[in-house]
Amino acid sequence: MARETLLNIVLFALLPVTALAALVLDEPFIITLVTKAAILALAGVGLNIALGLGGLVSFGHAAFFGLGGYAMGVLASHAQSYTPIMESPFLIEGTKSMLVIWGVAIVTSGLAALAIGALSLRTTGVYFIMITLAFGQMLYYFAISWPAYGGEDGLSIYIRNDFPGLNTLDPIQFFAIAFSVLAIVLFIASRLAKSPFGLALSAARQNAERVETVGITPLRLRLVAFVISGAITGLAGALFADLNRFVSPTMFSWHTSGEIMVFVILGGVGRLFGPVAGAALYILLEHVLGGLSDFWHIYLGLLLLLVVLFARGGLIGTIAGREVAHD
Amino acid sequence: MTKPLLKLSNLNKSFGALKATDDVSLTLLPGEIHALIGPNGAGKSTLIKQIAGGLRSNSGTVEFDGRDVTPLGTVARARAGLGRTFQISSLAMEYTVLQNAVLGALGQDGGVMRFFRPVMKNKALVDRAMAALVRVGLKDQATKRTADLSHGQRRLLEVAVALTLEPKVFLMDEPMAGLGASGSKRLTGFLDSLRAQAPILLVEHDMDAVFALADRISVLVYGRVIATGTADEIRRDPTVREAYLGAEDAA
Repeated sequence: MARETLLNIVLFALLPVTALAALVLDEPFIITLVTKAAILALAGVGLNIALGLGGLVSFGHAAFFGLGGYAMGVLASHAQSYTPIMESPFLIEGTKSMLVIWGVAIVTSGLAALAIGALSLRTTGVYFIMITLAFGQMLYYFAISWPAYGGEDGLSIYIRNDFPGLNTLDPIQFFAIAFSVLAIVLFIASRLAKSPFGLALSAARQNAERVETVGITPLRLRLVAFVISGAITGLAGALFADLNRFVSPTMFSWHTSGEIMVFVILGGVGRLFGPVAGAALYILLEHVLGGLSDFWHIYLGLLLLLVVLFARGGLIGTIAGREVAHD
Repeated sequence: MTKPLLKLSNLNKSFGALKATDDVSLTLLPGEIHALIGPNGAGKSTLIKQIAGGLRSNSGTVEFDGRDVTPLGTVARARAGLGRTFQISSLAMEYTVLQNAVLGALGQDGGVMRFFRPVMKNKALVDRAMAALVRVGLKDQATKRTADLSHGQRRLLEVAVALTLEPKVFLMDEPMAGLGASGSKRLTGFLDSLRAQAPILLVEHDMDAVFALADRISVLVYGRVIATGTADEIRRDPTVREAYLGAEDAA
């Protein structure tokens, strides 16, 4: 078995094993931390499709994370206050159903990615980074200045949303939901990378001219990748909001975009389990170093610097070596 | 009279005051190898880009298979059946040799918006890619990373990818460059057999190859075609001898 496959299995098992150990030791806070890691990893898996496979350095993925979060916040807040979202021309009511909320989060963030991607993918390099950042910040300020849904203060949702047959307020059960979603999306992402689409998308990152010469338009590949990427990060946003039972404009801020990117870079750009490794490490550092000092980001910055300078493949690349071309 | 597959009419391209392509007209007939030669800076690469669609012409038309493709870009021209190889290898370097060839087969197949089945398990695509690698003699390198290939092997892979496209016309920009004497000779033999499949517009510096292969030769100097003819005609043409062959081929 390839070393990376083995590493992936270990990483994959790490989350539920930690969660179950915390359950046995009666440490619900640890379960919540692991759940957070799983959800942030999911956001990273989304970004990794654009960044790792497509080479699209999006500095605006908070837009999709936030849209997913607000999809949950808006729907659930209307349901908990028993007020419809709109009455005319037809009635739309809020919902506490997690599955419906996920659907709305995926569609909303996917459509936003389509619009943002269609405009920003015409640029490359620094301009692409800047324009995606700008879109993210636009949504951030929009959320701040829209009082209907809490404005700057955000929205609190008193009870976690419903999932058929489960008690979502029980930490371990909510973890099971988040982890299952992560597992399904990881499976989809692994198939995507090896599919005809994945082959062409990754080739367009390596050499766009080559892809054009065989009669494939790079822009179309990139736009589709951006939409899939945004939709996954949006789903993660909905779960993240549900975990905290709280949504605020912070989810839209460029810090969030940066954090999602840090997960991917720490773990390994373009590696399937890179975001999982990155998010887990981030949460671990936040927990351990954050307990020692409020300024733990200094150490995170140092680590990021080391990774970028000396370990380009991130955590996965350092342990498993250079990526083996799939065949 | 056979209709040309590729027909350039009065193509022009200027970069500022420099006329890189100056009123170029030429044709590529079915079954022929038409070589384009000229000293460095004659505008061969510019012309190739204008034909492939990467560079817009200031004026003139490019007709392909009886259809005016002048307004079309690189992708549309490739889909119309133009198989191009690059002067400086342009490949996906992180991929294996086979993956690069499969990419070509995928482009020809057109089914790129498929998201779930592993492409390297698609027998039709892999078989077509492998057949192309066998034809250029890269079968044993199929699982190698492209970045680990020698310069000459990359040139062969370029040709293999073009083969997977099953094009109506080959547009080859110095395929012999960096191949060495024996490699160059092998590729010459291969291109000789390839003309039956599709005609080749061949830009090449290797004069042995050009004179061995070309049915017709056009000589480009300062962006202008100064002569077109058979190898013998070109060899005898006094303007060509003066402008181009003179220095190295005076005897």
